[in-house]
Amino acid sequence: MMRKVYEILENDARLTPKQVATMAGLPEAKVKKVIAEAEKEKVIVKYKTMINWEKAGDDRVWAMIEVKMQPQKDVGFDSLAQRIYRFPQVRTLYLVSGMYDLSVFVVGKTVQEVGLFVSQKLAPLDGVQGTVTHFLLKRYKEDGEVLSPGGEDKRQPLSI
Amino acid sequence: MGVGEPDFSTPWNITEAAIRSLEQGFTMYTSNAGMPELRQELAAYLKRTYGLEYDPNTELLITNGVSEGLDLAVRAILDPGDEVIMPDPGYVAYPAAVLLADGVPVQVPTHCENGFRLSANDVRDAVTSRTKAILIGYPANPTGAVMEMDKLAEIADVAEKRRLLVISDEIYSLLVYDMQPACFACLPGMKDHTILLGGFSKAFAMTGWRIGYAAARREIIAGMTKIHQYTALSSPTMGQVAAIEALRSGEAEAQKMIDEYDRRRRVIVKGLNDIGLSCFEPKGAFYAFPSIKSTGMTSEEFAENLLMEEKVAVVHGNAFGPSGEGHVRCCYATSMPNIEEALTRMARFVQRHRSV
Repeated sequence: MMRKVYEILENDARLTPKQVATMAGLPEAKVKKVIAEAEKEKVIVKYKTMINWEKAGDDRVWAMIEVKMQPQKDVGFDSLAQRIYRFPQVRTLYLVSGMYDLSVFVVGKTVQEVGLFVSQKLAPLDGVQGTVTHFLLKRYKEDGEVLSPGGEDKRQPLSI
Repeated sequence: MGVGEPDFSTPWNITEAAIRSLEQGFTMYTSNAGMPELRQELAAYLKRTYGLEYDPNTELLITNGVSEGLDLAVRAILDPGDEVIMPDPGYVAYPAAVLLADGVPVQVPTHCENGFRLSANDVRDAVTSRTKAILIGYPANPTGAVMEMDKLAEIADVAEKRRLLVISDEIYSLLVYDMQPACFACLPGMKDHTILLGGFSKAFAMTGWRIGYAAARREIIAGMTKIHQYTALSSPTMGQVAAIEALRSGEAEAQKMIDEYDRRRRVIVKGLNDIGLSCFEPKGAFYAFPSIKSTGMTSEEFAENLLMEEKVAVVHGNAFGPSGEGHVRCCYATSMPNIEEALTRMARFVQRHRSV
């Protein structure tokens, strides 16, 4: 039941509790309660809008940086991860398995700005053993949404 | 809201499997009855979903959609003048297919108050010495009605006593809400007397691939296959490859679409009732079938005026048989914003015509 509400809101955060209630087949009061609890428990973290910034003419530079690190005694990767995600330039941070440890998504006004962030802030941190920076060239799909055009209705008129 | 077709594209894993098959050169005919791998997957699917056991070699036939399956079924079983009992309103091709096979369609009225279910008593009253079969299609187009197993059992009872075949069009069987899919052939003793027609178009959003199937006892499938081999030869090869993938790993994607249809269904049914077009709750398919009697218009007038004045397309109910009069079919296989916009325009339309 809660999952139903979350899925509906995840797809469209603007829906009112009344609309969510209709879609989920639940009483409105129940939906309000589920949402209030989810907000309190931070299951619902935030309501925000997905903007296609490229289309909006924004020319900020995005990069995905692979960070290889030395895990620290007792705290593992968490302490260093915290030091990294507190930089406002860091938009997303994941601990991952494989050839490197952290996947850091960074945004900046220019390539130089991102480069300076990596060389002056990120790479010198104690525990960081190495970085590889990938600049983002084109966004095709983000968080389940295809960003390029092509979503038109392809159904043709037919008689039946 | 006119066309009865999913607005989703076919799930990518299914399309991708077909692309790969083309690259590998699977571009020839398949055997007449369909690819053996598909028939095996289908037999496994019917077993795990309904507990039904069909021999993939003799009791299953892959068709060009349920449309061809229906045509083959009636042509295989009817002698000229044989009668086929069917619900009214019903899918437009049902009476047409029977007429094309020189049969006589016998439409039995169904009613909103009874959830547009086919009544066993009415069927019993319609049976004559010329009745060969009962043709049902639940979940139903155009009403969205379903028939639960106990209601189907009453129809089965009539079929058994009067030694009738039952053609069960189950193209919408997976598109049910708040209930389990019901399969007529599952009823005790019915498997050998049922021609089960199913397909991939609706649940897997594969309308353009033209793949359906028929499951029945071997003599019937042999008769249908004979007609199929002369008229269609075989079903599209890439579509059959896609159908294999749909059966193997398409269920999760299908469920996502079903969940979305369910959300839309609740919005449209509530919306129609709120604007004064009383609408019974459809438990299957992707159609709402509201009554438009409160407007004083015939369903044809309503549909035409709504189209001209508000640019919203619905299908007038009497297109599906005389008992559909007083209703229109609204297909909710369209995006939520489209549904909301259509409801806004319909509200305006109803308001305007009520005050006249």
